[in-house]
Amino acid sequence: MAELLSYGFMQNALMAAVLVSLASGVIGTLVVLKRMVFISGGIAHTAYGGVGLAFYFGVNPIFGAVAFSLLASFLMGYVQRKTRQRQDTLIGVMWAIGMAIGIIFADLTPGYKADLMSYLFGSILAVTNADLLLMLAVDILVISLVVLFYKELQATAFDETFARVRNLPVDLLYVILIAMIGLSVVMLMRVVGLIMIIALLTVPAAIGAMYLKNMKHIMWLATGLSLIFTIGGLLISYTYNLTSGATIILVSGVTYLAALVMHRFCRRCPN
Amino acid sequence: MAEIKSLPQVEIKNLYGGYDHETVLEDINLTIRENDFIGLIGPNGGGKTTLLKIILGLLPPKKGSVHVMGQPPQRGRQHIGYVPQFAIFDSDFPISVYDVVKMGRLSGKRVFKRLTDKDDDIVEEKLAWIDLLDYKNRGIRELSGGQRQRVYIARALATEPEVLLLDEPTISIDFESRTKIYELLHNINQQGVTILLVSHDLNVISSYVKTIGCLNRNFHYHGKKEITEEMLKAGYNCPVDLIAHGLPHRVLADHQEGR
Repeated sequence: MAELLSYGFMQNALMAAVLVSLASGVIGTLVVLKRMVFISGGIAHTAYGGVGLAFYFGVNPIFGAVAFSLLASFLMGYVQRKTRQRQDTLIGVMWAIGMAIGIIFADLTPGYKADLMSYLFGSILAVTNADLLLMLAVDILVISLVVLFYKELQATAFDETFARVRNLPVDLLYVILIAMIGLSVVMLMRVVGLIMIIALLTVPAAIGAMYLKNMKHIMWLATGLSLIFTIGGLLISYTYNLTSGATIILVSGVTYLAALVMHRFCRRCPN
Repeated sequence: MAEIKSLPQVEIKNLYGGYDHETVLEDINLTIRENDFIGLIGPNGGGKTTLLKIILGLLPPKKGSVHVMGQPPQRGRQHIGYVPQFAIFDSDFPISVYDVVKMGRLSGKRVFKRLTDKDDDIVEEKLAWIDLLDYKNRGIRELSGGQRQRVYIARALATEPEVLLLDEPTISIDFESRTKIYELLHNINQQGVTILLVSHDLNVISSYVKTIGCLNRNFHYHGKKEITEEMLKAGYNCPVDLIAHGLPHRVLADHQEGR
């Protein structure tokens, strides 16, 4: 273990696990409570278009991912709020188009493309110092915003109509939330890959929401669970030489199922 | 009872309302005065919820004017305590009774401000009012439907409203809880809060409200508690004898009443 920790890549991976867990715990809780799981999946996949484009133009793919992710957030948020019908269809279509753009531009780019795979499936062991800085920045931004607007975010998640009648800035809060989701998605992409982001964003918060009834507590528990899943998955994948992203997701998935079953059979559990 | 002409709290004049391609409300006129307790009945799709949305400034009127406390709805609505339709809630949402009622203390003006001890006092007071102070730390998903509805009434009261607006508060709630909720509303009204109550539960509301109006595209309202045959025919399309049975008060006016 001590030997493991002496590797620079392992130190980075552990730090990434902590930073990513904070975002997934805090934002994941809002995603789950506000029922925005599908839209978050859409944002994650659309972001791949930005990765492909950036790769083609020789820019750091993370910038492409951030740009596309934010663009997708606002577009999908707009669709979700302003159109009456077929929201899920429109979001699904954007989801696929984003992916397609990414793949086509990757095709058009000559040379070796292994790096692109890491955006699809994640590679927590390849997190660089620059990545860590970006993650830290996103964490600071996201957590400050959530602290600042905590009571309003909770009120809109619970009952948006009431919040509107109280003249809370419901639309502004929605824009802020969806932008935070977009940024968190890019962060999580480095660790578990965009295909599996939904799981890390929702599973810890969903388990928390099952057992707790205070949003702050759910955020803390989800952060803790997320940390356990990422580090646990990382160690298992390292030991058995498996893909780290997939292992992390399997660990959280299995825990989720166990929590569901336990909750079902446990009568004295707080509801 | 002598009519006291007090200030209008909600004033609706020649209102037409609805959505993109359909008009649901036609030429609605309604003045709600201080301490009124109006029951609004009407068939599903008759525009009851649409009217509430317009009063709350959630839907712009197509024509006509709406004023709440003398202001446009989007400003005036801060004086309205709103109790939404029970069925639309996510009954599995993880939140405590206390935190739900505390939402009533939020407002656009207080976004960056912390809530104070005084807010906590108000929340406790309203919880005591609805007789659920002992439940304040429970999750709302642990409560019965009737209890949960009382929590939403407490949340609306926590805004310290002039007018309380309720949209079908007793839908899918057992009879006993219904009675409890109507008793509660009666007391609230006695304390000086104006109430507009939307319901299709005519039998029960008739024994608590002061006046009844029927809404079915058009609004039939005479500022009385009696439901005239004309109102029923036009507004409710519902056989008279169905409603006339077993009422605690006589709500049907004589047939010859000339209105």
